[in-house]
Amino acid sequence: MELPHRPAGAVRIGRQTEEVDDVTAMVGRQAQAAARASDVWKVYGSGEAQVIALRGVSAEFERGQFTAIMGPSGSGKSTLMHCLAGLDSVTRGTVAIGDTTVTGLNDAGLTKLRRDKVGFIFQQFNLLPTLTAQENILLPMSIAGRKPDPAWYQTVIDTVGLRDRLGHRPAQLSGGQQQRVACARALVARPEVIFADEPTGNLDSRSGAEVLNFLRNSVREHGQTIVMVTHDPTAAAYADRVVFLADGQIVSELIEPTADTVLDTMKKLDTPAEVNG
Amino acid sequence: MIRATLKSLLARKLRLFLSGLAVVLGVMFVSGAFVLTDTLGRTFDAIFADAYEGVDVNVAAKPKIAVSEMEGEQTAAPLPAATVDKVRAVPGVATATGVVAADGARLIGSNGKAVASFGPPQLGENWTGESEQLRLREGHEPRADDEIVINQGLATAGKVKLGDRVGVLTPLEPKQDFTIVGIFGYSGGRDSIGGSNEIMFTTPTAQRLMLGEPNAFNSVTVKAAGGVTDESLRDAVAAAVGDGYVVKTGEQLSSEAAQGFKEALSFFNRILLGFAAVALLVGTFLILNTFSIIVAQRTRELALMRAVGASRRQVIGSVVLEAIAVGLIASVFGLAAGIGIGALLAWAFGNLAGGLTLAGIGVPAAAVIGAFAVGLVITVVAALLPALRASRIPPIAAMQDVATPDRPLTRITVAGALVTAVGAALLFLGLNGNAGGNTLATILGGVLFAFIGVALLTPLISRPVVSLLGAIFAWSVPGKLGRLNSGRNPRRTAITAAALMVGIALVTGVTVILDSAKGSISALAKDTIKAELVIAGSQSGPRPPSFDPAVLDKAAALPGVQLVDGEYGDMAMVNGQRTWVAASSNVAALERIFGAKAAAGDISRLGPDQMLFSSDTAKSRGVSVGSTVNVQLSRGEARSYTVSGIYQSSQFTNPVVLPPQAARDFAIPQPIQGFLQLAPGTRVADVQPQVERLLADSPEVSVADRDAFIKQQTGSLDGLLQMIQILLALAIVIAVLGIVNTLALSVLERTRELGLLRAIGLRRAQTMRMITVEAVVISVFGALLGVVVGSGLGAAVVRALKDEGINDLILPWGQIGVMLGLAAIIGVVAAVLPAIRAARINVLGAIAHE
Repeated sequence: MELPHRPAGAVRIGRQTEEVDDVTAMVGRQAQAAARASDVWKVYGSGEAQVIALRGVSAEFERGQFTAIMGPSGSGKSTLMHCLAGLDSVTRGTVAIGDTTVTGLNDAGLTKLRRDKVGFIFQQFNLLPTLTAQENILLPMSIAGRKPDPAWYQTVIDTVGLRDRLGHRPAQLSGGQQQRVACARALVARPEVIFADEPTGNLDSRSGAEVLNFLRNSVREHGQTIVMVTHDPTAAAYADRVVFLADGQIVSELIEPTADTVLDTMKKLDTPAEVNG
Repeated sequence: MIRATLKSLLARKLRLFLSGLAVVLGVMFVSGAFVLTDTLGRTFDAIFADAYEGVDVNVAAKPKIAVSEMEGEQTAAPLPAATVDKVRAVPGVATATGVVAADGARLIGSNGKAVASFGPPQLGENWTGESEQLRLREGHEPRADDEIVINQGLATAGKVKLGDRVGVLTPLEPKQDFTIVGIFGYSGGRDSIGGSNEIMFTTPTAQRLMLGEPNAFNSVTVKAAGGVTDESLRDAVAAAVGDGYVVKTGEQLSSEAAQGFKEALSFFNRILLGFAAVALLVGTFLILNTFSIIVAQRTRELALMRAVGASRRQVIGSVVLEAIAVGLIASVFGLAAGIGIGALLAWAFGNLAGGLTLAGIGVPAAAVIGAFAVGLVITVVAALLPALRASRIPPIAAMQDVATPDRPLTRITVAGALVTAVGAALLFLGLNGNAGGNTLATILGGVLFAFIGVALLTPLISRPVVSLLGAIFAWSVPGKLGRLNSGRNPRRTAITAAALMVGIALVTGVTVILDSAKGSISALAKDTIKAELVIAGSQSGPRPPSFDPAVLDKAAALPGVQLVDGEYGDMAMVNGQRTWVAASSNVAALERIFGAKAAAGDISRLGPDQMLFSSDTAKSRGVSVGSTVNVQLSRGEARSYTVSGIYQSSQFTNPVVLPPQAARDFAIPQPIQGFLQLAPGTRVADVQPQVERLLADSPEVSVADRDAFIKQQTGSLDGLLQMIQILLALAIVIAVLGIVNTLALSVLERTRELGLLRAIGLRRAQTMRMITVEAVVISVFGALLGVVVGSGLGAAVVRALKDEGINDLILPWGQIGVMLGLAAIIGVVAAVLPAIRAARINVLGAIAHE
């Protein structure tokens, strides 16, 4: 598998921990968390139809780090992200973004949180079709009634490489370009943390690589915090750290992952006996 | 396929309900119209059957002038008492009674005002005794010349009771006082027959006051002896009295009278059907839009059906089936609502007409057939276009992202331009009188085509106009988003706005026409009429209010009064043609008060055998000064007049003017308007109270200064305008439903987008504001279109009426402003539910991918 170039010396073999408790303890030690989940439970439905999506998940996401959340379908990775981002409520436990406790906020509070402290990149339907690329990028700031830092705005535009496309509407942009616009929109407000939900899910591998490179650069060069949900080992390899979920629990973690180590871990997760043994 | 259709139908109950509501309202008007006319028709059947129940055969002198039921009561020519004896002598006649019964006996109620009628006659009759139908409830029959009996309905309306001394106005003599010695009612506990007011005098008094001839009657009521059929008796009586008489059975008379009323009722029918057409036109837009949106939303579903083997025909079928289901359900509800509204209107009509006893509410077959035909046809026709579009969805669309490419507007614009041109051409033809006998149909067709054409052009217009309108709101982010949303689907915005356009355009058009008419007439009247004071009353029924002619002489004698003119009028036969004729108590007024100019001969004086023509009438009748003209008035024999002068036709001139002596033979031989010209330097306020005192015994009329008079005369236009506006408001209500519908569907369609916006920080209130701006932009756009189209239509009609004296085009700016403001409010109101729905969207549910 061909990996995109990485800065020299940055390549490290990921350390795989097998004890869940160790992971929690390790994560807890890290200071300056941009987002934090403490013993988060999420239960849907009741009685027979009850589904437990998250079972006491605790995790911290360090500032200036690019974290990927991985896991098989139904592992609860999307639910965890939704809870962290204030899009969904938790059944038990607490979630915090920076110094704001998300748990218990009302709709207005959540809206303000999303507006001021969180950026989003979704798999699709990321842009408003009626607005131009530039208007889409500036939309969260316009909604908040804030002006972007002009120098930062120029930097973002140049980084995503869309300067000549700013006046175009989404329909006139390719999928990769659209997703880069979405990235720029998330970045321009300098949120506490950006949540990306399968950002490359709808893209071909080349466009996907562009977007992922861009995300990683914004972490490396500008200290942005990004939490990305993905099921693609190649995408996860761009992250500084990968957290693995299975059955609503964090089961494993990789620091400085490569596509191969991620794939290996995934394989092990598919056969739980080996992981636990 | 059918099951799949019905399931998807049930899944979209609300939006189909909203579009169905438009059909319901249209169908309601259609069936309501039929129910109303049917119910009233049978009511009149019953009334006239009652009125003639005691009559086996009736003998009347041939009327001089035929008058239809809606124009008022027939002025029956008197027949001598000898005729009664002649009829009585016919074998088979049990009884023959001479009857005096003429319209125009008005009781002055306890409030000092004449009891008014809104249509039914006010009969002055001779007392001919009790009968099976007519029974005295209190008191006794009139025995002295100053005694009367009245029906209970009149006693109630005038708030008078047995023993009261009351004034009665009659056509031929000034007000006289009578004592009420009896109050009667009819069988079945009824207080009147069909709301008629009846005053019964002794026979000589009735003859003097109502006929002006002693020993004369209007008709002879004949009862047949046992074993004699009405028909054979009728023929025997007819043979005995000879020519010059109309002899009919009671049955004949009642069915003829009822027939006359039913013809008049068809007028109501047409008005209601007209509004039904407007409601249905607007409804068609609404249904078209709803089905278009539904088809667009179901693109994937329909494509999937095609992919798994459904044929095009089946896809069309599924959409049309849905339309049929909606149409059927809407028709059922519309029919039910129509029966309700028909009953309500019949009840209102009955009350207005003075307490008609209504026949039971009936649902004629026409109402049911009309309801279902209209409801089904409209719905299916409106759904046909979307159905065709649905059938063109390629199966591959199931696999692709739902991308509805912006189709070019060229074809629709060309079609719109063509249809608008056809509409304009038809309007031009109709308004310039080049359409042959179908002027009205041509004009209506032109209006319809113009509406559809403009609706087709609307998508093109909507882009610049909507973005311009939206710019007003673009200062805030929600406002900007709302503005962009309203511009994103020009067709949908256009149809929604066009639905509102129709109602607003009609209101504006009618207002322009009536305001212009009112303004022109007022301006002209102020310029032309040189009378400072005017005596007139407001007319409520077919019979205009009149006053004692003696007032004219007394007014002329008042200090400061320079010229007095009393105007009489009637329908007469002039050279065998029905013509409105007038008589002036002072012919000089024609020039000095009404500013008429002589075109030929002398119009300043008129001998007893001379008459004047207006230039238009003279031209069309081919008469000139010196011609001899035969005139038959309501009373008396036909006689000849010599044309002594011809005046220029104007707004304020009558077609024909007869000498004052002729007014004695008018149906109403009393002046109906009086004009007073004051000497220079005389204050109106000094004279007015004195004239008021003169009118003490003529409570139907009052004296007003000229401006008040003009206002009063044009006031009827205000009432008409209000009525039309209220009925057209319904079309606007339907259009509002359309806006609600479109927005609700758009919100549904944009769930994910709204979720995204909420995810990146749009507050609930901002979301609602965004939807509201979209609604306001659409509705103000529709209102703007309506105002422009309506003003255009109104101006075209006003221009066409230039010859009728409507010279001023008056655009009701105030009302236009109100309507635009109202449109903004409509937008806000229409947005409430969709906005709440949008604000409540579950962010997670909206963005979570499939």
